[in-house]
Amino acid sequence: MRSGSYITRPNRTLQIYACVFLVVLYVPVLFIPLFSFNDSIYVRFPLQGFTTNWYVDLMGRDAVWDAMWNSVRVGVCVAVISTVLGVLTARAITRNRIPGQNAVVAFVMLPLVIPGIIFGVALLVLLSRLGIPLSLYTVALGHLIVCMPFSVATLLPRFEGMDGSMEEASADLGENGWWTFWRVTFPIVLPGIVASLLLTFIVSFDEFIMAFFLSSTETTLPIYIWSQLRFPREFPSVLALSSIILTVSFVLVFIALWIGRTGLIEKDHPRPPEAPKS
Amino acid sequence: MTAAPARHIRARGGLHGALHRSKAFRGYALLSPALVVLFVGVVVPFLILLMMSFWTRQGFDFDTTMTTLNYARAVDEPIFGTFLLRSFWVSGIATVATVLLCYPMAYYVAFHVHRNKMLWIILITLPFWTSYLLRVFAWRVILGYEGVINASLLSMGFIEKPLAFLLYSQTAVIITLAHAWAAFAILPLYVSLEKIDRSLLEAAADLGDGPVRRFLRVTLPLSLPGVIAATFLIFIPTTGDYITPALLGGPDGAMIGNLIQLQFGAVNNWPMGAALSIILTLWIAAIALVFVFLTRRAERVVA
Amino acid sequence: MTSSNPIISIQSVGKSYGSFRAIKEISLDIEHGEFFSLLGASGCGKTTLLRMLAGFEDVTDGAVLIDGEDMTGVPPFLRPVNMVFQSYAIFPHLNVTDNIGYGLRKQKLPKAQRQEMIDEMLSLVQLDGYGARRANQLSGGQRQRIALARALIMKPKVLLLDEPLGALDKHLREQMQLELRRLQQALGITFVFVTHDQEEALTLSDRIAVMSGGAVLQVDTPAGLYEHPRTREVASFIGHMNFLEARVTGRKNGHATLDVAGLGTLDVPANGAALSTGDRTSIAVRPEKLRLHHSAPENGQRAVQGALKMTTYLGERSHFHVEVPGCDRPLAVSASNATLQDGRANAIGQPVWLTWAADSLIMMNDT
Repeated sequence: MRSGSYITRPNRTLQIYACVFLVVLYVPVLFIPLFSFNDSIYVRFPLQGFTTNWYVDLMGRDAVWDAMWNSVRVGVCVAVISTVLGVLTARAITRNRIPGQNAVVAFVMLPLVIPGIIFGVALLVLLSRLGIPLSLYTVALGHLIVCMPFSVATLLPRFEGMDGSMEEASADLGENGWWTFWRVTFPIVLPGIVASLLLTFIVSFDEFIMAFFLSSTETTLPIYIWSQLRFPREFPSVLALSSIILTVSFVLVFIALWIGRTGLIEKDHPRPPEAPKS
Repeated sequence: MTAAPARHIRARGGLHGALHRSKAFRGYALLSPALVVLFVGVVVPFLILLMMSFWTRQGFDFDTTMTTLNYARAVDEPIFGTFLLRSFWVSGIATVATVLLCYPMAYYVAFHVHRNKMLWIILITLPFWTSYLLRVFAWRVILGYEGVINASLLSMGFIEKPLAFLLYSQTAVIITLAHAWAAFAILPLYVSLEKIDRSLLEAAADLGDGPVRRFLRVTLPLSLPGVIAATFLIFIPTTGDYITPALLGGPDGAMIGNLIQLQFGAVNNWPMGAALSIILTLWIAAIALVFVFLTRRAERVVA
Repeated sequence: MTSSNPIISIQSVGKSYGSFRAIKEISLDIEHGEFFSLLGASGCGKTTLLRMLAGFEDVTDGAVLIDGEDMTGVPPFLRPVNMVFQSYAIFPHLNVTDNIGYGLRKQKLPKAQRQEMIDEMLSLVQLDGYGARRANQLSGGQRQRIALARALIMKPKVLLLDEPLGALDKHLREQMQLELRRLQQALGITFVFVTHDQEEALTLSDRIAVMSGGAVLQVDTPAGLYEHPRTREVASFIGHMNFLEARVTGRKNGHATLDVAGLGTLDVPANGAALSTGDRTSIAVRPEKLRLHHSAPENGQRAVQGALKMTTYLGERSHFHVEVPGCDRPLAVSASNATLQDGRANAIGQPVWLTWAADSLIMMNDT
């Protein structure tokens, strides 16, 4: 390994910096669960004592359950649709040399960079001109735009990492395109599909700005939290709800990233070195 | 009759062959669902937004006569320019801070982490995937009037009354943006650093460069594409951010995103909001062009 | 060599990418049970031609017939041929058994019979007991064997092999060459084998097509290619060769009289060359066909005198460079150390004489 080499020998300063960086990255977020168990409606030190009251209180609210259920429904639909679209897109881009494919990829990735507010108001304007009332469907449409880049970005390396001759071998052994997809392509890219489903679900579940512009009275969880922020009395219960969302997000995302990256790093089908193709 | 089976295969194959032949066509067929969604969800709304930006408000309805009145207002009335400039200023500072703070971290993972590299990358990028709203909210918990810092300082007797400048200020917005987008900056930086051939650094050391010169003469120039990408990836979305200035900005820290939201909310002047959105988009497009130009140059240097 | 019933008939096949002609009108028949190699440097079109047989590349002009049936427009999965890929393309998500049995789905065999066929294949490629292994637990040589078994279980009319030994180290490579030859002879299946390694092609093949620039230069048996290459390109691609400039001064029934630089006037077999008096050409002679003498041969044999420029000792053989007046480059001579005439030191600059057998000079069809 190169751990012993001159260039990459340990550097104490950098090591300390990296640790501080990680602490600073995580600690602010950890204040939320910390204070969610604090027996006081004020967020301040010293802590007043341990309580789970805020969580119990939360469980008794119908509005929380409704918003949760809405978020899950939208999240699942968006995750499935955007992953299917992501599979089709990644497959088209890697297996068919299409003219202008870089432009297509850039176009799909656009919502990753463009501020969400622009997409939000643009969709709002369109829907109102068409006379389509706001609903969870319009939220889902907005989330679909936001989630597609993540799905494509997760799946593209999977398809690119797959040796093209795998599919050719299947065709050569008598399987048509449909069976080749289900017997070879799908199982090989499956980790990417799982990762994409989880990540797009979380992105939709946590998304705020699109839902802010496109939801009606049926709200999603982030919008519910937003609406509660106005009331200082509700602060502890917001902290409790946020803690739950953060925990679920962290767990799902960790699983997704782990699955999504595993096969990519320990390549299971290396191409032969020195491949003189004629 | 012996020719019949062969001709049968040929006919069936001919159809398939035609499909097989136009791989580009099949590619577009596979792409079409995604393209339709993007067309309906991005292109059409944007065109309508563009159109609406030339309308004016008429009570609770719109006057659909085309006019550049909104754009004229945006130029004439100083408030719009102020917000736009402040947005660029705040997100510019946040971007520079983020990239500077993330670079050593990305460098550490690329050059000094040998085992469990993947775990490190996941740990760094993990917060990015979790709720943006909640990460911003966390800073409100910390910086708020009744927040962690103020309350703690008060109870320890260091201050008489809460420090107001912590919350509802540009500083609060900058700190929060830099923190919330850090993970986004790490990835492009890490990728460009990881790509650097270690033997180039060994060659530089062999030719007499110490660690600092080696970094300035080899590592930094070769990682420039990553630096530019990270800058771009943070600067553009933070410019139009809504949540952070809304939760932490106060009147001094409000940005263009809040102004746009106001037009669609309280002020209820959609055409003006549309015009502001278009202006923001054009600004972003112009900046994107600059970044594309810079990237091309940087890549030419690297290649 | 042509029969009325070839297993593969390539008829004026061409392929263009835009204005680039990747394959230039190739016509070629491959016989039942042949081990046929496509040999050429990378980029010569050999893999493209092979992939046209498998159906992965479209044929722009002409047609490919397999066992008499026109394959135009027939997709890969309906063709009676199977392929061993350069990367082996072992499915990473399946174990060895399922990899080998992959193509059997359509036959809807009872489980026991399917397993029996797979076991038979495993023992054919000498991997008994490896059925439960996963692809990433296999070495390069084992992957290669699985790829072979997976294709052979389909009982193809032709097995296509795309540089299958390219990724193996030298030792394994030689072992697999023997194995391929054994399999091919045992099964009697036609093999079409793509390689850039001339030695490998000579060792394995019944016939070889030498390709360059999208065209077939010469199709012949290994011995035919080695002994009677028709063009300089073929001659220099296979083994080492000396070339001498020559001019045709006369022709009569199958022989040509040539004026050869450095050697003088000679009478050689025309080797199928369609050259007439006055045409420029060249003469090729293998280094091992030239014999080195340290004194002028006394039996009146025709010889040419030169000066020794360089000697290289290679153990079993020695190589010499001999400068001959009239030749622009020194001639390479190779001799077995066991048969070298005498043990005298081969000093640089020392005069030597070269002799040759009449049939060792090969007339080229081009200059």
